[in-house]
Amino acid sequence: MLRFVIRRLLSTVPMVLIVVSLTWALIRLAPGSFYTGEKALPPAIEQNLRAKYGLDKPWYVQYGRMIANTARLDFGSSLKYEGQSVNAILWRAFPVSAMVGLMAYGLSLLVGITSGLFAAVRHNSKWDYASMTLSMLGISVPTFVLGPILVLFFSLTMYWFPPARWDGFATRSAVLPVLTLSVIYMAYIARLTRSGMLEVLRSDYIRTARAKGLSEPSIVLRHAFRGGIIPVVSLTGPALAGLITGTVVVERIFVLPGLGTYFVNANLNRDEPLILGIVAFISITILICNLLVDVAYAYIDPRIRY
Amino acid sequence: MSANKLGDTGDSPLIPSIAGHSLFHQAMRRLVRNRLAVFGMFVVGVIAVAAIIGPALIYSATGYTYDYIPADSDLVKSFPPSWTHPMGTDNEGRDMLARVLLGGRISLMVGIISTIVSLVIGIAYGATAGYLGGKLDELMMRIVDILFAIPYMMVVIVLLALFGRQTALGQLFLLFAALGAVSWLTMARIVRGQVISLKNQEFILAARATGVAQWKIILRHLVPNTLGPVIVYATLEVPAVMLLEAFLSFLGLGVQAPLASWGSLASEGIQNIAVFPWQLIFPGITMALTLFSLNFVGDGLRDALDPQTRRS
Amino acid sequence: MNLLSVRNLRTHFDTDDGIVKAVDDISFDLAAGQSLGIVGESGSGKSVTNLSLMRLIPTPPGRIVSGEAIFGGKDLLKLSDEEIRHVRGKRIGMVFQDPMSSLNPFMRISRQLMEVTELHMGHSSSQAREHALEMLQLVGIPDARSRIDSYPHEFSGGMRQRVMIAMALSCRPELLIADEPTTALDVTIQAQILELIKKIKSETQTSVILITHDLGVVAGMTDTIIVMYAGKIFERASTLALFERPGNPYTKGLLMSVPNPLSERGELYQIPGLPPDPAHLPPGCPFAPRCERAEEICRREFPPVVQLAPNHESLCHFAKEVYDESAHLRS
Repeated sequence: MLRFVIRRLLSTVPMVLIVVSLTWALIRLAPGSFYTGEKALPPAIEQNLRAKYGLDKPWYVQYGRMIANTARLDFGSSLKYEGQSVNAILWRAFPVSAMVGLMAYGLSLLVGITSGLFAAVRHNSKWDYASMTLSMLGISVPTFVLGPILVLFFSLTMYWFPPARWDGFATRSAVLPVLTLSVIYMAYIARLTRSGMLEVLRSDYIRTARAKGLSEPSIVLRHAFRGGIIPVVSLTGPALAGLITGTVVVERIFVLPGLGTYFVNANLNRDEPLILGIVAFISITILICNLLVDVAYAYIDPRIRY
Repeated sequence: MSANKLGDTGDSPLIPSIAGHSLFHQAMRRLVRNRLAVFGMFVVGVIAVAAIIGPALIYSATGYTYDYIPADSDLVKSFPPSWTHPMGTDNEGRDMLARVLLGGRISLMVGIISTIVSLVIGIAYGATAGYLGGKLDELMMRIVDILFAIPYMMVVIVLLALFGRQTALGQLFLLFAALGAVSWLTMARIVRGQVISLKNQEFILAARATGVAQWKIILRHLVPNTLGPVIVYATLEVPAVMLLEAFLSFLGLGVQAPLASWGSLASEGIQNIAVFPWQLIFPGITMALTLFSLNFVGDGLRDALDPQTRRS
Repeated sequence: MNLLSVRNLRTHFDTDDGIVKAVDDISFDLAAGQSLGIVGESGSGKSVTNLSLMRLIPTPPGRIVSGEAIFGGKDLLKLSDEEIRHVRGKRIGMVFQDPMSSLNPFMRISRQLMEVTELHMGHSSSQAREHALEMLQLVGIPDARSRIDSYPHEFSGGMRQRVMIAMALSCRPELLIADEPTTALDVTIQAQILELIKKIKSETQTSVILITHDLGVVAGMTDTIIVMYAGKIFERASTLALFERPGNPYTKGLLMSVPNPLSERGELYQIPGLPPDPAHLPPGCPFAPRCERAEEICRREFPPVVQLAPNHESLCHFAKEVYDESAHLRS
């Protein structure tokens, strides 16, 4: 197992470099550049700018420099936000996005698994149909519709929560963003838990457990749960990737100073160092999270040995 | 008593002839019985028809198009829902209903075409890898694994922000390609898995043993049996892609003015949420309704085509 | 005094194709310390019969329509959910067909064994563990102490089945029901498992119901045999009588299907045709389409139960004729 983890960690490096290279290529291939504004710059000034940012060197030299820097996790300074190093921005913005994302996912695990369990155990009952319909709604209502509706109701009508502010993750301003982001995952998790549990409850070894005279709660929680929860664990990998898009939208709606906002703006501003820094950072995060998910698999299912 | 030779079950009258229900028929029967799925198909049908012919109807009835700005010089242009404007108007005075219907056209189109793109690529790739097997299969799947690790949405955002926004139409094509590229990986995996499990089943060996040509095997035997999961995945993929497009448009990276999609309408509408909530709510609810129905149809298809998951 | 008395058991399933009468009016007795074999092809209703006794039939599509099953003075079919749970595992133990899928792959063997005695006999952890070790040794698992904490997939097929048997016997039940215990195993392992069951039966006086499609399996194992087809009992007799002098064409067919290496003919016998579609049974005798001596009356009228000898019954219009023929063939 240890060797597996180490191997995966090592393979993270080339993966990240590939992604960063791809992004760098896209940035360089794209028309225009970061200093292009409304008016054309006089050629002398343009030349100075290019020299200052090393853009006058041949592309492979620039590429090599970029890779070397990335490997050292040194992304330089932002082009748009004068004087701020990319790492400083990352350090500031990442906790915001991370906390919103983690709290949202945690909430959705809690509510989703519970309701999925109940739906599976009370199969075909009113509870089952109600929660499945609700979860269908959760999947269908886009985040950018749900968020504003929640704001309309809870902020602008009830004055319970601020509509667009971020005070920190333990404050009231966190409630609506976290809630908005969590709804869609709650829905997916509830459905997956339900279907996973139903499938497990149909299997032979559950029949054996019943034949041994065990009570239903004991069967559901101690025998069926471990197998039934596997689809949810599988979801976590892609879900984390989806949390990125989700967070971007939520940050836009609630005006949160998170990585998503910075990322979109960096792209619009062609702020190359910041773009590459965020891409590298997020890639590393996703790869590590996928690794954690795979490790979790091995804990849950003893048949899996790496 | 005469002994019966092994295998002699030919035209024996002892074998009752059971009217064969092909699996397809059984699946269709099950689907039609699922009322939610039928309801979903109906709703999607209505919305699709409205999106296709609606704008033309509205134009002939009232003269409003999705980008028609009245020449009034009123200072306030955003009107709430009324008889002349069932969904109100936006900041520029454009009729919301016409915009929502056009938005529907674009959103549905993006969803369907992108899914088709990913279907074509995914099936071709997956079926080839699965059928050929061996080293080639391994290589192809390694590539898929590597591609899977790329955080797609980030790359798509970069792509759209940097390359797009030249022309509205160009952006649209870029969207088709980018979104199609996002989901073909899973499709390829599904198809490959199916092909592999079918490839070794006895009826394929039987077909080979009786000398059926390779391509015939692929077409007549493998493809129909992989259709099940593929159809289910595709039907569930359409709403997922639509959602992605909506997100991107919401961020300003997707569909560009003067075209509209539900996502771009939402991003316009959210700015005035406190004062003119209908500008967000109508596109939002229409989209939610469409996705809702599509998901039911997808679920219904899945239950119909894979009987083991259905509730008894 | 019978340990188990089943009368007129009917279990039906509601399917898309109609009502399937999986078990259609079954009655039999089992005395304490005796063993009963239930033989039949797939779809004959043999497994459903026993699942009905333990009330393990999934009740959306299935339901026990009528009948009674008196076990130790109480009707199993009428017990409440809680009461039947006290019977399961404690007074009736069940072994299933496929030990790989019948054991929880996510749980250690020790846990799966211990929870039975912890539940039914109030054992503490350490007591349950000691008991589990004893049971593993009883069923012949070598080196039980070091293997008890393994997971099911770390055992071989035969070992897994032994573990299932140990689990079923943990609380010293009065009745052991083994549903095709050897079907999923290799032939050599089959023999070992059957020997094990035999040994347990003689050592502990547990009654056994052995369900199988293979007549060879029950030959040396059971006292009485029931032959089932299309949810009905086609013949009931002591094992010896059934093999020596069958009174039913179906039984005869089954006996002839057992490959005989000493036979001079090179061909294998096979009962012609296929088992019937349980949702659409023909009128008359369900076996008529495949029976070599079927006549008009067989296709029209449902056959009667004919008493051929004190403990020998057959469901057939021509039971007596078949019975007599068997006697002549013997000599």
